[in-house]
Amino acid sequence: MSEAEIKNLEEIFESRIARDEKIEPKDWMPEKYRKTHIRQMSQHAHSEIIGMLPEGNWITRAPSLRRKVALLAKVQDEGGHGLYLYSACETLGISRDELFEQLHSGKAKYSSIFNYPTVTWADMGAIGWLVDGAAIINQVPLCNTSYGPYARAMVRVCKEESFHQRQGFEIMLKLCQGSPEQKEMAQDALNRWWWPSLMMLGPTDDKSVHTEQSMKWKLKRKTNDELRQQFIDQTVPQAEVLGITVPDPDLKWNEEKGQYDFGEIDWDEFWQVVKGHGPCNKERMTARVSAWEEGEWVRDAAMAYADKKDKKNVAKAS
Amino acid sequence: MKKNWPLWEIFVRSKNGLEHRHFGSLHATDAEMALENARDVYTRRNEGVSIWVVESKYITASNPQENGELFEPAQDKIYRHPTFYELPDELKHM
Amino acid sequence: MKDSHLVKYILGIADNALILGQRLGELCGHGPTLETDIALTNMSLDLLGQTRNYYQYVAKISGDDSTEDDIAFLRTERQYLNVLLVEQPNQHFGYVIARQFYFDVFHYLLLEKLQASTDENLAAIAKKSIKEVSYHQRFSSDWIKRLGDGTSESHNKIQTAINDLWAYTDELFEVTEDDSHIVNIGIGVDVSELKAEYYSKVSEVLKESTLEIPDNKYFKKGGKIGIHSEHMGYILADLQYMQRTYPKMKW
Repeated sequence: MSEAEIKNLEEIFESRIARDEKIEPKDWMPEKYRKTHIRQMSQHAHSEIIGMLPEGNWITRAPSLRRKVALLAKVQDEGGHGLYLYSACETLGISRDELFEQLHSGKAKYSSIFNYPTVTWADMGAIGWLVDGAAIINQVPLCNTSYGPYARAMVRVCKEESFHQRQGFEIMLKLCQGSPEQKEMAQDALNRWWWPSLMMLGPTDDKSVHTEQSMKWKLKRKTNDELRQQFIDQTVPQAEVLGITVPDPDLKWNEEKGQYDFGEIDWDEFWQVVKGHGPCNKERMTARVSAWEEGEWVRDAAMAYADKKDKKNVAKAS
Repeated sequence: MKKNWPLWEIFVRSKNGLEHRHFGSLHATDAEMALENARDVYTRRNEGVSIWVVESKYITASNPQENGELFEPAQDKIYRHPTFYELPDELKHM
Repeated sequence: MKDSHLVKYILGIADNALILGQRLGELCGHGPTLETDIALTNMSLDLLGQTRNYYQYVAKISGDDSTEDDIAFLRTERQYLNVLLVEQPNQHFGYVIARQFYFDVFHYLLLEKLQASTDENLAAIAKKSIKEVSYHQRFSSDWIKRLGDGTSESHNKIQTAINDLWAYTDELFEVTEDDSHIVNIGIGVDVSELKAEYYSKVSEVLKESTLEIPDNKYFKKGGKIGIHSEHMGYILADLQYMQRTYPKMKW
């Protein structure tokens, strides 16, 4: 294809997206669109899979049977969501094994929030309430993104995830209605998870490298700063219902703007964690890599067994 | 030995009377395992009463670059649709 | 909680589900593939669901104000009546599957009979659970075949697990004194009668999987009367952590 032809195809492609047409796997697409989508979808999938670990940490210690099954089901959902997203990624011609390889070698990123430790039961509440809350804000607009398989996966993810945030809030509520010790546990969790949750919505707009292109392709409908503001505005009143305090002395309602003003985010901490020096980066990666490596003989066995069975069937048929 | 589990496409009938619909894909070593995995992955919330699995490599897809010749010729055959035909207003049902 | 024969009989069934559910719960997020991970969690959820049904019933017949959680979390180790098999550690996927397989085959036979219990509540729980367990059995048997007749590495690994866990199978058919009271009045199942069918089923799958049937005649037991392996204390340390650290609170 000549350069002019490619340019023409690109124009047709961009105008299709502008008309809100969906792009499907076999459609022609610019290489950059493909690459960007593989990057974003796989990052999203990796985040789901790594995200199983901090919460999985509490499955065996959940304080009641009801909480135990609900938490198990939630962590399992995250595995399912990772699976849907890897599948969507695979429609772009990359295998799940290659994607795992990128994750395990440290080439691919995942959401930094999962590099923080879950140290008390209240963290199960805070993660559900805050982290899933922030995730939903990010994800709902993606149900309408331009790439068909991604949009469809996100519809399923959002539908299933609707119980996750409620579960988290309910855990917090029970703690806040409980003994002083329990309420203190809830406050402590909010203190630790508040700022990382704000960081989760990404660097400020002036530092964000992908925003403009991503907006065009509907990988993003709002900027990081807009999403963050939305998250804060909807979460602060929820903290008031719980009766616990958001750990930001500068947080106050701005009547004029109709939104909350909030304090400075410690971006040094954010970049430190992103670069691999957060509290649990190593632990998370070790857990994933060893699950994969220790599973190799199992995967190989199942494949070998299927091949043998196949051969037997062929022999029988001939 | 390095051989990845193949990819399968999963179709689920959500209740009798409805068609099987494409739900997504997953990895499995054979059809039996694909069925089991599909049950565990795609029907956790009571979404299905029947599952079909097809190994992805056996699906032949039309080429979108041929969409012009494949699908556009049907666009102007409006006489295939009931709205093409003019009927008097008095006639309530047909 | 009254330690009546019936209560102890039910706990003998329910505690198996709790402890195995707990063991499977440890694996969530660590499976060999995502699909398998999700499948193992489904089994854990099934078992914990069954546990809750049994415990809620026990709470009801206890005649005091105990709840399912008191029963699950606030007993001493000696009061848990699960078999030794289900408390054995995950080690590697071969052990997970072998443990599951040995238990599922038994569990299915037990529930089949328990459906006919003269205790309506137990019969109802059995009817509901047997569908889940029927799937568990299919899942674990399939994996025994895959690992047994897969690669030479997998064959050796699953054979070792099958051999190691074999010693815990005989306890499944032990009838305790409490059990026999309940069996005699038509509520309980005489598990000793399930033994022959159990071993023939197990052998059939093992043979099909090209695995040797272990010939070890030395069996271990104790769980059913509350004398557990050393693993149990650690399971309970996790399981009971919150309830023990923060007594009498609501979660």
